Amino acid sequence: MATTTGPTLTPLPSTLPEETGGARREARRRATLEWIAVHSLAIAAALFFLLPFVFVFLTAVMSSDQALTRELWPHTWEWGNFATVWNTPGFLTWWRNTLLYAGLGTVLAVGSSIPVAYALAKFRFRGRNLAMMLVIAMMMLPPQVVVVPMYLFWAKQLDLAGTLWPLIIPFAFGNAFTIFLLRQFLLTIPKEYTEAARIDGCSEFRTMVRIVLPMAKPAIAAVALFHFFYCWNDYFGPQIYASENPAAWTLSYGLESFKGAHQTDWNLTMAATVMIMAPVIVVFFFAQKAFIEGVTLTGVKG
Amino acid sequence: MSTVHPGLRAKRRKANLRTLGFLSPWLIGFSVFFAYPLISTVYFSFMKYDGFAPPTWVGLKNWTYVFSDYPFFWPALRNTLWLVLVMVSLRVLFGLGIGLLITKIKTGAGLFRTFFYLPYLAPPVAATMSFVFLLNPGTGPANTVLNALGLPEPGWFTDPSWSKPSLTLLALWGIGDLMVIFMAALLDVPKEQYEAAELDGAGPWHRFRFVTLPNISPIVLFAVITGVIATMQYYTEPLVAAKVASGVIGGSGQQFEPGYPDRTTLTVPQIVYNLGFQRFDTGAACVVALVLFALAMTFTAVLMRRRSGFMTAED
Repeated sequence: MATTTGPTLTPLPSTLPEETGGARREARRRATLEWIAVHSLAIAAALFFLLPFVFVFLTAVMSSDQALTRELWPHTWEWGNFATVWNTPGFLTWWRNTLLYAGLGTVLAVGSSIPVAYALAKFRFRGRNLAMMLVIAMMMLPPQVVVVPMYLFWAKQLDLAGTLWPLIIPFAFGNAFTIFLLRQFLLTIPKEYTEAARIDGCSEFRTMVRIVLPMAKPAIAAVALFHFFYCWNDYFGPQIYASENPAAWTLSYGLESFKGAHQTDWNLTMAATVMIMAPVIVVFFFAQKAFIEGVTLTGVKG
Repeated sequence: MSTVHPGLRAKRRKANLRTLGFLSPWLIGFSVFFAYPLISTVYFSFMKYDGFAPPTWVGLKNWTYVFSDYPFFWPALRNTLWLVLVMVSLRVLFGLGIGLLITKIKTGAGLFRTFFYLPYLAPPVAATMSFVFLLNPGTGPANTVLNALGLPEPGWFTDPSWSKPSLTLLALWGIGDLMVIFMAALLDVPKEQYEAAELDGAGPWHRFRFVTLPNISPIVLFAVITGVIATMQYYTEPLVAAKVASGVIGGSGQQFEPGYPDRTTLTVPQIVYNLGFQRFDTGAACVVALVLFALAMTFTAVLMRRRSGFMTAED
C-alpha cells in the first residue's frame, strides 16, 4: 500500500516568536479547521472514485434476478458467477490472446525502441531534430488515419486478417511513444558516463547495453508497463484485425460480445468486468512506483 | 569537404552508418506504418474501392459525398469539437483540483492517491460497460441513489442531451494520470515563493494565482494539448457506450445505428470505421481519415511551437 510515499507539504511555521498565546491558539484552530475541510473533500472525492468499483463488485455477486432490481446489496452472495464467467466458452482463449498480444508486443516494442531512443538522445547527427519531430508526429497520429491501407496491406497482401499478427509485428519496428519516453529519460543521464566508456574504447553498442541501460532500468520498467496496458486495453486494433475470428479475440474485445451473449445478465457481465479489471489493479499494487514514474515522465518539463 | 582530413572523413562515415544502424528499426517502422499508409490514404481518397473490385478513379466524388451527403460526418465533427472543448477543459480543471487536494492532504495521502488513481487503470471497455450499468436509467445504482435523495433521474447514456455529459463523467472518473502530473508539478513549486507571498500578505487565492499558476502553466498547457490529442482519437468509450446503452451489442449481423442516441456519441474516428469497415466505402473512409489527420497535425504543430515540455532542451 502507498501509505508512506504520499506527498506532503511542510506546513508553514504557524507561529512567530512575538506572537501571543491567543494568536497561537487561533492559528492552531485554523489549521484544525483546514485539516477537517481538506479531509472531508478528500473523502467525498474518494467516494466518487471508489463507489463505481463497489457497485460493480456488488452486482457481480448478485443473482441474475436481483441485478435487474434497484436493490444495491446482494441478498445471497453468488460467488459462482465468477466460475460461470471463467467457464464461458472462449474466455480462456481471450486471456491467452491478450497475454500473447500484450506480452510479445511489449517485448518487441521495448526491445526495438531502445537503440532508437539511445541514438536520438546520445548521438549528434544531421536530421536529429527532424527525426524527433517525426517521432512526435507518429505518436500523435490517431490509428484510424492509416487503418484503411494498413488493413488492406495485412489482409490482401499478407493474408493475416483474423489473427493478432498485424497488431504484434509492427511493434518489432519501434513504437513512437516508447521511443519518445525512453529518449526523454536517456537525456537526463550525464554525458560523462558515455564519454568515459568511449575513451576506454568501448563500442557504442556495448556502452548502451552495459553502461546506460542498467541506469535506465526504472524508465524501461515504466514504458514496458505502459505498453503492456496499452495492448491489454486496446479495443480498436482487435476490432479491426481479429473481429471476424473469435479464436483471435482479446479480453477487451471479447467483453463487449460477452454482454451480447448475456443480454440481461448484468451480474455476469459485471463479474467479467471485475475479472478484467482485477489483474490491472493487482499489478498496480506491485508496480506502483513504475506507474507513477511513467506518468510523471510523460509530464516532465524541459 | 576537400579540406577534411581523409581519416576524419572515414570516421564520420562510420559514425553515420552507426547512427543508421541504431535508427533502423524505426526507419523501417516509419516508412511501412506511417509514410506508406498515409500516401495510400491520399490515393484512395480519390478512388472508388469496395475492397474487392479494382479501384477506379472518381476525382473529388468521395470528398463531396463526405461533406454533403454522408449523414454522420457533421454530427461526428461537432461531437468531437464539443468533447475537445468541454471534456478537455473539465478534465484539466478537475485534474488540477484533485492534484491540489492531494498535496494538501496530511493524513493518509498515499491511500487517497491510490484511490484517485485506480479508475485510470480500468480498461476502457470495462470502465464504459460499468458506467453504462451504473448510469442505467431504469435500475442503475446512480439513479437509485439520486432517487433516494429525492433528486431527478437523468436518462444518461440513453438521452441525447445527457450522452456527452455521461461520457465526460466517465472521463473525469479516469483522471488519475493528470492528477499525478499536476501533483508532481505542484510539489516542484519552490516553497520560498509561497513563504515570500505570505509575508507580503497574500491570501490563498492570491498565492494560487500569482505563485502556483505561473509555476505550473507549462504543465497546464501540456495537459490541454495531450488532452486534445487524446480526444481526437476518442473511440472506444463512445462506441461501446452507444452499443451497450442501445441494447445492441456483439453478435454479428445485428444492425447498429452509429452514435446512439441520435448520433450524439459519434466521433470522427468512429466514422472512419463506419465507412471503411461497415459500408466498405474505402474512398470515403480515407477522406475522413485525412480530415482527422489534418486536425491532429494542426494540434501537433501548436505543440511543437510552444514546446510545452515536450521537447527537452537539446544538450
